[in-house]
Amino acid sequence: MTTADLAAAAPTDRAEHHYELLRQMLRIRRFEERCVQLYSATKIRGFLHLYIGEEAVAAGAMAALTPADAIVSTYREHGHALARGIAMHSVMAEMYGKATGCSRGRGGSMHLFDAATRFYGGNAIVGGGLPLAVGLALADQMADRPVVTACFFGDGAVAEGEFHECLNLAALWHLPVLFCCENNLYAMGTRIDRAHAVTNLAARAAAYGLSAVDVDGMDVLAVETQTRAAAEFVRAGHGPYFLEFRTYRYRAHSMYDPDRYREKAEIAQWQQHDPIDALVRRMRGDAELDDDALARLDAEIAAEIDAAVQAAEEAPLEPIEDLTRFVYAESRSHDG
Amino acid sequence: MAVETLTLGKALNNGLRRALERDPKVLLMGEDIGKLGGVFRITDGLQKDFGDERVIDTPLAESGIVGTAVGLAIRGYRPVCEIQFDGFVYPAFDQIVSQVAKMHYRSRGKVRLPIVIRIPFGGGIGAVEHHSESPEAYFAHTAGLKVVACSNPSDAYTMIQQAIASDDPIVFFEPKRRYWEKGEVDTEAPLSAAHPLHAARVLRPGRDATVLAYGPMVRTALDAATAVADDGRDLEVIDLRTLSPLDLEPVYDSVRRTGRCVIVHEAPSSGGLGAEVAARITEKCFSRLEAPVLRVAGFNTPYPAARMEEEYLPDLDRVLDAVDRTYGW
Ligand SMILES: Cc1ncc(C[n+]2csc(CCOP(=O)(O)OP(=O)(O)O)c2C)c(N)n1
Ligand SMILES: [Mg+2]
Repeated sequence: MTTADLAAAAPTDRAEHHYELLRQMLRIRRFEERCVQLYSATKIRGFLHLYIGEEAVAAGAMAALTPADAIVSTYREHGHALARGIAMHSVMAEMYGKATGCSRGRGGSMHLFDAATRFYGGNAIVGGGLPLAVGLALADQMADRPVVTACFFGDGAVAEGEFHECLNLAALWHLPVLFCCENNLYAMGTRIDRAHAVTNLAARAAAYGLSAVDVDGMDVLAVETQTRAAAEFVRAGHGPYFLEFRTYRYRAHSMYDPDRYREKAEIAQWQQHDPIDALVRRMRGDAELDDDALARLDAEIAAEIDAAVQAAEEAPLEPIEDLTRFVYAESRSHDG
Repeated sequence: MAVETLTLGKALNNGLRRALERDPKVLLMGEDIGKLGGVFRITDGLQKDFGDERVIDTPLAESGIVGTAVGLAIRGYRPVCEIQFDGFVYPAFDQIVSQVAKMHYRSRGKVRLPIVIRIPFGGGIGAVEHHSESPEAYFAHTAGLKVVACSNPSDAYTMIQQAIASDDPIVFFEPKRRYWEKGEVDTEAPLSAAHPLHAARVLRPGRDATVLAYGPMVRTALDAATAVADDGRDLEVIDLRTLSPLDLEPVYDSVRRTGRCVIVHEAPSSGGLGAEVAARITEKCFSRLEAPVLRVAGFNTPYPAARMEEEYLPDLDRVLDAVDRTYGW
């Protein structure tokens, strides 16, 4: 759907569309809530960065992209991966480190990867995804493909040198990159005003010559609309676009973070603007959703998660002998 | 004498505190090191006591952190930079190799760079690539840098202070999985009486074979020695401590007596410190060797996922297996 199609959509189509956005947000939240339990049960090991509170960004942005578009993500990427369409069982198996996971169990929570959905990876290096996103877009531009590369990163990444190199490259070469900055106000324990002289990140991007806007990242419809407009702009060959999604993470930075750097009241205040609650309220108000439909949705998602957990439990581990595999190409590639 | 039982992490914290107290030119810089005390809490409480102008929270900018340390050092400060995890040092790699390592040489000795770059390194904490790596060889390969690794609380306490007092730039590796291990630390012994920073140390004398290690693998080597002691095999364990410059005289002395040597590190074997050490031992002790110097190391792969980590990391069995193999020649 283009922006115009969406505006002209019939009410039933619109209701269905809202339902789908709600479904994606709920899948992400419930999935992660289960991950917390699985982490406590040591089924999931290593690092775990939760997206809870930020679901509107992934759900809204992915809805505005096409399957041909490319995604580059961060270590806080469960939401991006699920909303992009990587099967939940494959994401859950990856969380478990099982061979059926989307990265064969090698990546874990921070390194989900799926070439089939053009999901070019979570990335545990802050800012690490930006250069490769620029490269993907350059390749698309050279091949004349009308494809957008959506690159997600946090406010913290804006302080890294790679960010600045990449915005300049993308603007200079008019590359089809959609920079999706998830400004959740914190980089680990550092609040944005302690890390950035100019905290208006969209303004920073504009200084590099990019079209840039800030978006209410707690409103899934605003996210979708703005992403759609930006993607159309990029797809039409007008160059890169920068979206600053103003959002918030409710949970600690990771499972190790004691979360000593902010007031509980601040979290509670953002929870008042919860993206899921807001959409539910709106849909109820417009008679697009009733208790039964919501209960059915909850049950359907719970079943999907249960099935994913069970499949992950039963899945095999990658054999230890494979430890040394995939360091190098195993067969000659077409260009030798 | 004030002997306290401290974890390695707390010993580092106390050592940093002493350095801050001793010299007003000492500054700490890093990501979330102030209010949060660092992800491993190594700088816990220091900003509160020394202020945010001496214990500086920085944005996410590793290149900027190390690069500004160069300027500060030229102006007479002694910056101590924290890199949060081993795998995050690479954005700063350019500054370390191109500026930190070369400024003294380039200025013909006119400027000194008393910079310490602290890096928690190694695996064993159930993390993955970028969070469990052992990048010491990159730095040891670079002339102009000094590289050390501590292995126990007592050394951690003194070595961090000696590194800060050094007039050369030092990459200081901390064995992150040993942060919580306890040991006795004499917090009142004068620094001048401590074992020199750039000196290896025999931790356990033995007659039969020499086992070399540094950082997190020292404990593994000591455990291996304990495990075979009852079987009558007497291993000498040496903690290298300084990776650049290497201090191998105690190693040569040992190998000339034992004729057998195994070197253990987590980093991949290929191009690792073990290769350099083996080459030098071969040059100096060739006629006394009963077997080639063997390496027990990580595999030549990126650091694997948590559940493969036990296979990847050298452990007691692999160390003892290598010792056995030196008897097979
Ligand atoms: C180069 C690098 N430096 C430091 C880190 C450690 N680290 C991981 S996430 C993070 C905070 C990033 O904040 P932000 O970009 O705002 O993303 P958010 O976590 O808020 O989603 C830090 C410091 C890292 N992964 N990579
Ligand atoms: Mg953030």
